Amino acid sequence: MTLTIDRLDCRLGNRRILHGLSGLRARAGEITALIGPNGAGKSTLLKAVAGIEKASGDIVLENRAIGTLSIEQRAGRLYYLPQEIGSRAALNVFEAVLLARRTQVAESPAEAMDAVDQALCSLELDSLAERELAVLSGGQRQRVAIAQAIVRQPRLLMLDEPTSALDLHHQLQVLDYLQRLARRKQLVVVIAIHDLNLAARFADHIWILQSGEHIASGAPGEVLTTERLRQVYAITAHVEWPVDEPPRVTPLAAIRQLGSNNGIA
Amino acid sequence: MKATTSSATDIRPRSTVDRYLARQRRQRWLIAVTTVATLTTLLIDIATGPGPYPLSAVLHALVLPGEVPRILQVVVWDVRLPVALMAIVVGASLAIAGAEMQTLLNNPLADPFTLGISSAASFGAALAIVLGLGIVPLAGTLLVTGNAFALAMLASLMIWGLSRLRGVSIQTMVLMGIAIMFFFNALLGVLQYVASAQSLQQLVFWSLGSLSKASWTKVGLAMLALLVTLPVFARSHWRLTALRLGDVQAKAMGIDVGRLRLRMLLCCALLSATAVAFVGTIGFVGLVGPHIARLLVGEDQRVFLPMSALTGALILSLTSILSKTLVPGILLPVGILTALIGLPFFVSLILRSRRELWG
Ligand SMILES: Nc1ncnc2c1ncn2[C@@H]1O[C@H](COP(=O)(O)OP(=O)(O)OP(=O)(O)O)[C@@H](O)[C@H]1O
Ligand SMILES: [Mg+2]
Repeated sequence: MTLTIDRLDCRLGNRRILHGLSGLRARAGEITALIGPNGAGKSTLLKAVAGIEKASGDIVLENRAIGTLSIEQRAGRLYYLPQEIGSRAALNVFEAVLLARRTQVAESPAEAMDAVDQALCSLELDSLAERELAVLSGGQRQRVAIAQAIVRQPRLLMLDEPTSALDLHHQLQVLDYLQRLARRKQLVVVIAIHDLNLAARFADHIWILQSGEHIASGAPGEVLTTERLRQVYAITAHVEWPVDEPPRVTPLAAIRQLGSNNGIA
Repeated sequence: MKATTSSATDIRPRSTVDRYLARQRRQRWLIAVTTVATLTTLLIDIATGPGPYPLSAVLHALVLPGEVPRILQVVVWDVRLPVALMAIVVGASLAIAGAEMQTLLNNPLADPFTLGISSAASFGAALAIVLGLGIVPLAGTLLVTGNAFALAMLASLMIWGLSRLRGVSIQTMVLMGIAIMFFFNALLGVLQYVASAQSLQQLVFWSLGSLSKASWTKVGLAMLALLVTLPVFARSHWRLTALRLGDVQAKAMGIDVGRLRLRMLLCCALLSATAVAFVGTIGFVGLVGPHIARLLVGEDQRVFLPMSALTGALILSLTSILSKTLVPGILLPVGILTALIGLPFFVSLILRSRRELWG
């Protein structure tokens, strides 16, 4: 186990958002998908781990407790890719990715530029290198943000809905790349994601969050069941695991919500 | 340049690195050109003014002061040079302060004037001019500067203190800055109302913004403020650039956003306070300078910071020349000119729309 989270509590304003999350485990070299309905606390959990939101609890990354480290110290080992990417800076794509690198790695400018070039190429962004951030399309901006994340070479990479704006080609391309990166560099990769087909296909492990509680985790085949989807998302769905094809989660219908068990309030 | 493994780079004639290096060369070239332009206006500024001295004589006096008549030596070295240098130093200071406040507050309209820091400084100066009151124990002209500085710091701290409150957006901070501006303008009005005719005149003259009171001491002190703050900004250049990605992404990159804002706002306060204290209210340089710089080289602080400083210096130096030549025989206050020229220029800048840059 290389990332373990226990007794994680987080309050925002005067609301308790994370209710003592325990037993969250993620392995190096694997993709861990973080799923759950809107408002379940996925972004809050990732921000708490990154030190962006104040939280109490035990967070251990590669045998080191990081829960008490400052964001500067945490940023040396982990990176959080925000859900909302709204930068309007007068920077071009290359400069923005170079910036992400230079706030992290101490090295010569030439080495930094080579690393940026590689990150851009691996996300098929090299032809956009000179484009201004402000004029990028939503999906292009998201891919630039992913390039900024990987160029920093964190040990723990937390991506908050990194494919929400991507076309089908780039959804597969990005997740496939992240999967290979995780395996090759033995990174811990946690991805908050709403697309359960992608989660089932690329994740080795899944965490399910609901109303600020950790309600299940395990291999996709164990946790993605029709019954669980009904309970967590209030939907009816087909879940299929064909032999030679990627798994399929087909949502059929939204059913009436049962009480207040969806979301926090 | 190392070859990359991706086959896409084999097809492309130039890698992203080569194209970025070309952009860097373009940026450096623009900075060099602006530097030359600024030095040229500095020379022209020194060469213009009352007195029958051609450019060649002035240049002679600059290079070999011992060889020219005493009177020319005094005109060039004791009268014109401090004024011309003051224009450069103050223009650079205001533009840097504006550039960094726009960066820190993520707002295109932030500058020492719109955020009330200059109004606060003006009020401090008025306390000294009208009431002879010192916030800090200093004497003479330094009393005005000391007061202006103390009040500018106070205003900055008010803005910053607000930013520490949870849930307060930076837009709120900007609105708060505007409120601070009105507050100190009102206090300034009270002082103007009770001021004696003589100190009122002094105050009005001061607040119109004028370079004519420049002296070597003042130039030296304003320069000192630049020399103290520039390295602080320069050392934080990556972090400042990262701030424009938004607070969450900046924090994810390990930047203590709150502390960075405090330190940098203090530097902005120092710069604007000294500028305002020595030359009075000179508006629009702090707004227009950075906007031109941003259009020319973008917001990578390694080039944005020097370019802002240069455009600010260039604008104020040009204004200084204009103030001497626009109406023959009359020296107009530069503050009036920057407002008159800056306003339409600024409006056209806004309309020519880099709206997409500020979400
Ligand atoms: N600053 C805040 N103050 C108070 N409550 C907040 C704050 N930020 C988030 N919340 C609340 O915390 C809960 C969890 O939000 P979070 O953003 O973590 O959800 P999420 O699981 O990421 O949802 P989504 O799928 O929509 O991204 C929500 O109910 C939200 O309203
Ligand atoms: Mg979220």
